[in-house]
Amino acid sequence: MNGRQRTLCLSGSNDNKHRCLPGIFGFVYMNKSNNVEIEILNLNKSFRDNHILKNLNLKIPSGKTTVIMGGSGAGKTVLLKHIMGLLKPDSGKILIKGEDITAKTERELDKLRSSFAMVFQFAALLNSLTVGQNVGLGLKERGELTQKEINKIVDEKLRLVGLDGKQHVMPGELSGGMKKRVGVARALAMNPEVILYDEPTAGLDPFMAGNVDELILDLKNRLKMTSIVVTHDMNSAFYVGDRICMLHEGRVIEEGTPEEIQNSTNHITRQFITRHSVQNTARVSDSGSGGK
Amino acid sequence: MRTILIYLGHRLLTFSENIGQMLRLLVETIYWCKQTFRNLDKIFPLMRRIGADSLPIASFTAIFIGMVLALQTGYTLEKFGMEASLGSIVSVAMCRELGPVLTGLLLAGRIGAGITAEIGTMSVSEEVDALKSLGINPVRYLSMPRFLACVFMLPVLVIYADVVGIFGGGVVSSTYFDVSFSIYFDKMAESLDFMEIFKGLVKSSMFGAIISIVGCHHGLKTTGGPGEVGTATTNSVVFSFVTIYIFDYFFTRLWL
Repeated sequence: MNGRQRTLCLSGSNDNKHRCLPGIFGFVYMNKSNNVEIEILNLNKSFRDNHILKNLNLKIPSGKTTVIMGGSGAGKTVLLKHIMGLLKPDSGKILIKGEDITAKTERELDKLRSSFAMVFQFAALLNSLTVGQNVGLGLKERGELTQKEINKIVDEKLRLVGLDGKQHVMPGELSGGMKKRVGVARALAMNPEVILYDEPTAGLDPFMAGNVDELILDLKNRLKMTSIVVTHDMNSAFYVGDRICMLHEGRVIEEGTPEEIQNSTNHITRQFITRHSVQNTARVSDSGSGGK
Repeated sequence: MRTILIYLGHRLLTFSENIGQMLRLLVETIYWCKQTFRNLDKIFPLMRRIGADSLPIASFTAIFIGMVLALQTGYTLEKFGMEASLGSIVSVAMCRELGPVLTGLLLAGRIGAGITAEIGTMSVSEEVDALKSLGINPVRYLSMPRFLACVFMLPVLVIYADVVGIFGGGVVSSTYFDVSFSIYFDKMAESLDFMEIFKGLVKSSMFGAIISIVGCHHGLKTTGGPGEVGTATTNSVVFSFVTIYIFDYFFTRLWL
């Protein structure tokens, strides 16, 4: 298994230290070791005249969940795509396990990506394939497992995200939230060491958003998986994040633990957090008065 | 004047860049052909879509081209009492030129546009990025199966179009010019040799490569939204047409 040891972890075996989605956890493949550290050095990226990332520096520790937050157009998704090797920077370096991926060819990147997985903002499911085929696509193309083994993993991952029995449904028949959960299942099926989430809770109802948060937390706790989460959802950010980075106009303006960010004195960070809490409070009071 | 020169220079640079990128895609696609047998499940459905599903329109086009060719040449030949040669002219014209070129142009519109629209939509909806994120090379997954399906199915369609076109010419010859089927096909057999047919098939195979690579290239580099998919599809068809014409001229010139 290419240096990775896979063992079955049954739902009943988790102790109190490890949170788990009640009732939907079947088994997961476990990574024996995870020491993928990501370092971004002086990253610059422009699209025509639009300078998106400006000398961005960031260190993502292994086995932790790093949340990247920031306003629209701050460069969060662009940064994720650079880490995944989907975009080439204009200048700067991205070091993964000490290797600079910006200098790698597409074929070398394919190998590197086998230890990474990404959950896309709009799920990015292949519309010509069923849900089951989408989840098992990476495994099938890797060609290491039989179809029976792939089907078993697909069933388990779909159960994990609460979509058991949807294997033969086409993506077009699913809601946005369900598509996103299929995207999560597809990423997990690859048994990655690093998982990147692009707005994982956007468009989900609060119950399912909470479940996805639990899932992210559980994967980190159980598998010591390195996670990078891009989100606007402050509740989610403070809940899942070990470290939070605030991105503004293509630069990291602040980073720290959730507590440090909550007590930040930086006016942009404060504005971002306060605005979010004000909106939430307003929504709660509106719904309260509506109920009366 | 300066503006015009800048515009022309820009267009020339874009054209050269496109050609370079397409040649690179061609080389990479050929490299991935080593995994043909692992990808037969993707190649066969595409072969059916490109080949079998194109039969009705290919038949329609070929039969009318054959009939028009017989009509046009028949009236001229009749003046010299040479209408018996219709079989030779129609069959050679169909196998050498009209069959491969018209089928190529037809498929550039039907299949090339479809390839660009499909892959372009995948590009703008991040499906191509999703493939990469799963460690799947998009050239292997998307371009290689389409390339092989086009390269193998275009000659098959051309053989079919040649037969239908020659038959169409035979119907017109016997109806309007009193050239019996036996004379028509005797003349055809005298004029056509294996090399004539073979050259047409090689040419059509090359057209298949052009259609698939141009289609995939335009699809893979589509960015933005649905509007850009439409633009990419139009550009892809125009580029395929132009490339087929140019390639046809040089191929004929070198291997006449």
